[in-house]
Amino acid sequence: MSEEVTAEILTTHILELARSGRRLDGRRPEEYRPVSIEFGFVTSADGSALARIGETAVVSGIKLEPGKPFPDTPNAGVLTTNAELIPLSSPTFEPGPPHPRAIEVSRVVDRAVRASEAVDLKRLCIAPGEKCWTCFVDIHVIDHSGNLIDACMLAAVAALSRTTMPSRRFELGEDAPLALAHLPMETTFCRLGNTIVVDPTFEEEGAAQGRLTIATDEVGHVVAMQKGLVGAFAPGEVKELAEAAFRHGDKLREAVRGGTRP
Amino acid sequence: MGNGHRSRHRGQGREGAPSHSSRSDSARTLVLPGEELPSRGLGPGPGTYRVNGRIYASVLGLLQTQPPSVRVAPLAGRYIPRARDTVIGIVTDVQGTFWLLDIGAPRWAPLHMTGTPWKIDFGETQQYLRVGDAVVVAVEQIENTGRIGVTMIGDGLGKLEGGTLVSVSPAKIPRIIGKGGSMIQMIQKSTGCTLVVGQNGRIWLDGPDDGIVEVRSAIRLIEEEGHRRGLTERVQAFLDHGSGAPRGPKGPPPTAPWAATAEAPEPDPAEGPESEYDFPEKDVN
Amino acid sequence: MGSVGAKEIPELIGADGRRIDGRRPDELRPIRIVAGPLHRADGSAFVEWGDNKVMAAVYGPREVHPRHLQQNTKAIVQCKYNMAAFSVDERKRPGLDRRSQEISKVIAEAFESVVFSEEYPRTSVDIYIEVLQANAGTRCAGLVAASVALADAGIPMVDLLPAVAVGKVAGRIVLDLKKEEDNYGEADLPMALVPQSGRLVLLQMEGHMTRPELGEALDLGVIGCRKIYDVMKQALRDRYAAGSVVSGAAFSAAGVAP
Repeated sequence: MSEEVTAEILTTHILELARSGRRLDGRRPEEYRPVSIEFGFVTSADGSALARIGETAVVSGIKLEPGKPFPDTPNAGVLTTNAELIPLSSPTFEPGPPHPRAIEVSRVVDRAVRASEAVDLKRLCIAPGEKCWTCFVDIHVIDHSGNLIDACMLAAVAALSRTTMPSRRFELGEDAPLALAHLPMETTFCRLGNTIVVDPTFEEEGAAQGRLTIATDEVGHVVAMQKGLVGAFAPGEVKELAEAAFRHGDKLREAVRGGTRP
Repeated sequence: MGNGHRSRHRGQGREGAPSHSSRSDSARTLVLPGEELPSRGLGPGPGTYRVNGRIYASVLGLLQTQPPSVRVAPLAGRYIPRARDTVIGIVTDVQGTFWLLDIGAPRWAPLHMTGTPWKIDFGETQQYLRVGDAVVVAVEQIENTGRIGVTMIGDGLGKLEGGTLVSVSPAKIPRIIGKGGSMIQMIQKSTGCTLVVGQNGRIWLDGPDDGIVEVRSAIRLIEEEGHRRGLTERVQAFLDHGSGAPRGPKGPPPTAPWAATAEAPEPDPAEGPESEYDFPEKDVN
Repeated sequence: MGSVGAKEIPELIGADGRRIDGRRPDELRPIRIVAGPLHRADGSAFVEWGDNKVMAAVYGPREVHPRHLQQNTKAIVQCKYNMAAFSVDERKRPGLDRRSQEISKVIAEAFESVVFSEEYPRTSVDIYIEVLQANAGTRCAGLVAASVALADAGIPMVDLLPAVAVGKVAGRIVLDLKKEEDNYGEADLPMALVPQSGRLVLLQMEGHMTRPELGEALDLGVIGCRKIYDVMKQALRDRYAAGSVVSGAAFSAAGVAP
């Protein structure tokens, strides 16, 4: 159960405002909240970032360890993504085994990182069929004020972009940057009646009649999508939103490119 | 430290309610849990405890010396219900004879079907109020079990239709109401909106869309600058010029039966704390 | 503790009496506390202490779930201490392990000793501690963060709960162990103090200490706790003294805005 029940009149009000293109926090439908990234937030990780989208805050830490490659991909390393929606971050999250929504966030982020080939898994091969790097992308949501998928992706890609392969620690040569091949980003939209808003707050997610996440890369490919919540989108809308996803994705990419290595 | 030596008190002081506004802002002293308070022969009031004749703060808040007791008005935390408070609740569960309301307090408050103006038969509760509905209710009593009794029978009480909700810290509510309701009246007049202020930190508002946007901003301004002098003037100036947004139609606010509840309850001086809050000696020293 | 393995033992106390990071025996690592950084919790705090980074949030008092845990005469105090997978050198598998469960239990009991839980019968005060970066003393850092978060949530209690670990390193009693001292030292003794009463509500110990050393360690720990107490109080004053309280106080350096 979730302790918080949203008042129906608040949901109705959000939908009414949307009818005239307005939002509870004063943003325009196509307006993203302010974004900030602090690279190297966790020094115990091989790469890390604290990413904020408005009041949402997410920490991601990357760890690399030598492991065994999968039998069907002897020349590639292993990438694992795990998002934790810990109860610290929201009154509606509970302790215990991962909730399906946490699993969804993990899988959507994982799919976009994988499909975009952001991490060149071939470079994680150490000895074909025997030894490779396993790259753990762990994501901790610490303040949930909406749009976790984009925030988790932003934190994960920001952390990966500043990751060092810890070869020396495992006596495998000199440390080297992981070096990302691409910068995929997720952009999430919610339907509020006939209006579609980008970067929903948790109140808007509660009122949403459908959610669509589109992951884009810097060369112009859509690399992953996820439609979530109860509701529907028309193909024409998806095409338009894909255009918007590139615009927002490019701004998020700028935020990751900016800043300096710690 | 023996658990059995703890004492119980309920109902804690509130930040500067109108009748105490004679105290100057500089006299507001922030105290923290564990801080010894100047007692000068006074007894322990809400937000305090006494050990070996010394009085300490138990919550973070503002020190208030109100003979015959010293008390701490909390600045943080959930709404602590007090009898006769008007609060806004959200239905979280529907049972055969009652609804459970989230009023922002530690516990959900049961609203029994006999506490409504409706004639309801067993099992019909769902037809009157559903999960997610918002209601204005009055706190009747708080039992030793922590059960909060509420009623919907009374002037200005009932189900809320339309409009929207804004939440603030319950400690800020006296500021939003203003002296004798002055702040709220000014906001209603300037924006054409109707407000219902719950002592639990929930505010219902209805009116033109632009007015609602303005009220939201005004409430944030009060939250952030509530401690500074000349608040009413600043909020007025903000409503006159601040937003720059086009104004909704002016005029008297639409009459809502519960609009009258937007009044600051005057603290009852007869509500002596000494018996209710007298602490047995604790075993902490 | 004491098992050194193949690695070389670093020199923990130098000829000048200074410790591995240059501290004197009775010196704390730098500590920074931010009260109220989170938006959704009833109370929160971030603690950066040496190379530890710990976030704590408090929800409640609120309805108890599952209901059978409810107590008729008081609130229950529940605590979940958790380490992020990336918080330690070797990645920690997500999920509760025995160590985390034990730490959660002793922290919850420490707070139950000071919270006026009788004021909120049949409710729960839920404390969540997330260790984002660990370098010895995370239970103390977590306890300090949780204590500030409880005050920030308006929970009535006897006092704040400062905590610190004392240890024995290269034959000397020292305050606030860091990782190397914890790994290669002779003893570790974390404690939490109720300043109002001068009593300890969390106390653990592992290693070897003589009786005089134990006495010295306890005295040094109390002094350390009193210093931590001042930092905790200042963090709360910084948040509330101005009278204007907006949640989401910055707990990190400014990021990069696009």
